Amino acid sequence: MIIAEGKPIKEILAMIDDYDKIIVAGCKGCVTVCSAGGQKEVEILSSALRLARKAQGKALDIKEVTLERQCDTEYLEPMREYADQYQAILSLACGAGIQFVAEKFRKQPVLPGVNTQFIGVTEEQGVWTERCQSCGNCLLHQTGGICPVTRCSKSLFNGPCGGSKAGKCEIDPQIDCGWQLIYERLKELGLLAKLEVVLPIKDWSTSRDGGPRKRIREDLKI
Amino acid sequence: MKAGSNLEKILTSGKFAVTGELGPPKGADVSVIERKANLLKGNVDAVNVTDNQTAIVRMSSIAVGAILQRMGIEATMQMVCRDRNRIAMQSDIFGAYALGLRNILCLSGDHQKFGNQPTAKNVFDLDSIQLIQTVKLMRDEHKVLGGDEIEGAPAMFIGAAENPFADPFEYRVIRLAKKVAAGVDFIQTQCIYDMAKFERFMQMARDRGLHEKIHILAGVTPLKSVGMARYMKEKVAGMDVPEEIIARMKSAGKEKAREEGLNICVEQIQRLRQIEGVHGIHLMAIEWEDAVHGIVERAGLLPRPQV
Ligand code: SF4
Ligand code: SF4
Repeated sequence: MIIAEGKPIKEILAMIDDYDKIIVAGCKGCVTVCSAGGQKEVEILSSALRLARKAQGKALDIKEVTLERQCDTEYLEPMREYADQYQAILSLACGAGIQFVAEKFRKQPVLPGVNTQFIGVTEEQGVWTERCQSCGNCLLHQTGGICPVTRCSKSLFNGPCGGSKAGKCEIDPQIDCGWQLIYERLKELGLLAKLEVVLPIKDWSTSRDGGPRKRIREDLKI
Repeated sequence: MKAGSNLEKILTSGKFAVTGELGPPKGADVSVIERKANLLKGNVDAVNVTDNQTAIVRMSSIAVGAILQRMGIEATMQMVCRDRNRIAMQSDIFGAYALGLRNILCLSGDHQKFGNQPTAKNVFDLDSIQLIQTVKLMRDEHKVLGGDEIEGAPAMFIGAAENPFADPFEYRVIRLAKKVAAGVDFIQTQCIYDMAKFERFMQMARDRGLHEKIHILAGVTPLKSVGMARYMKEKVAGMDVPEEIIARMKSAGKEKAREEGLNICVEQIQRLRQIEGVHGIHLMAIEWEDAVHGIVERAGLLPRPQV
């Protein structure tokens, strides 16, 4: 899923300084699961904003809503009914959701309430870690199911580099060396021979480097 | 001959090579380079010029390399994958060759996190092994990546680094073998303090016959103080400093620490020379260039051969 984190309240207050009627819109997708922008976060953030604005002596009228998803047109539609009565929409969805709201609702600015961080997993309760950089050409079959693009701090294809020590990456003793993980996994699988092969230079054109990406399934179009 | 550099000639003629290292200034002051270079001149066969080492902005390794060449000192340009994509790297290799550089050391590069530009975007379009492949493609097949023919191939003697002390230990020789397969001509190792571990590494390299395919230059760095020894052990990624060396530096006391550091360094060089497959040393006297002449002389490696 996509992992995000709430923006500092100070930053949000500065963004909404000019408005006294806003929508705070959560999303029931990924940001609910990673506790960044679900219904609960909408409630908590809204009361915090109200309190802060009260302290500033400036009224703030907030409409709280949490949509099924913000990355699908149909789930955005219900907001049409009341959107025009508000001066701005503060979205707590991921960056894609926020942008989609901005595309569909053209009369008021749409503001980001979260920082979208990465594609990751819930490693344990309250701990999320990155797993994929959506490079567009997955090579996990060559690396024991561990992504070198993401898990190696330098995205090396033929690591580990000289900085790998006791299983940790040179950049931080708290961060696992992705290539140590790959090594161990391949060893476990009896596939260490895979590491003798030089992984070729990557074609980054399937990644963001090829420009904004688009996927079309003609058979699904209506 | 692949490149015809002095370093290549020394190594292929079977002589024991000595290379040095020079860190470019954090600015545009050429006099710093000249001062350091003059201390190295005549004492080493080629001088590595670091490429924004530890991600601290310094004068470009190619520019400094060209200045050294002009001074009659052979340079080995280091090139890291952190800061440039394949377009810039290949272009810079053409330029470096045109300026007279003949040796290149292909490196991943230290992550920018600990440098003076920690908020930079890094590149890593290629990794160090892929960079070796790229330079070889340019040199031997006269092509750039993607297959376009080039006008005038950059005949570079291709080097890479290897850290025998990084983890996983058993994998380091496999990685060395990958560099050999990619087309490397010589290897300079991380500085060695743990001789026994390095000997095990060399044994593994010999078992694979790698010592006959490439030239391995063993890295050495004289210690200045017990503090430096401890720092290297604890803080420098992938560095092993045995207790025995730390104890020797400690018992030398503050006054005699440098002298003891030099003694250890000379002894290490003598031991390294005995190891089958070690074809030279890479002497990294970090901000201590004036120690180089004495070390090389005491190790019995002067005068440097003319080839
Ligand atoms: S190889 Fe690419 S697609 Fe596969 S996990 Fe890594 S970044 Fe994601
Ligand atoms: S230590 Fe490991 S994870 Fe970190 S940059 Fe090197 S190979 Fe990648």
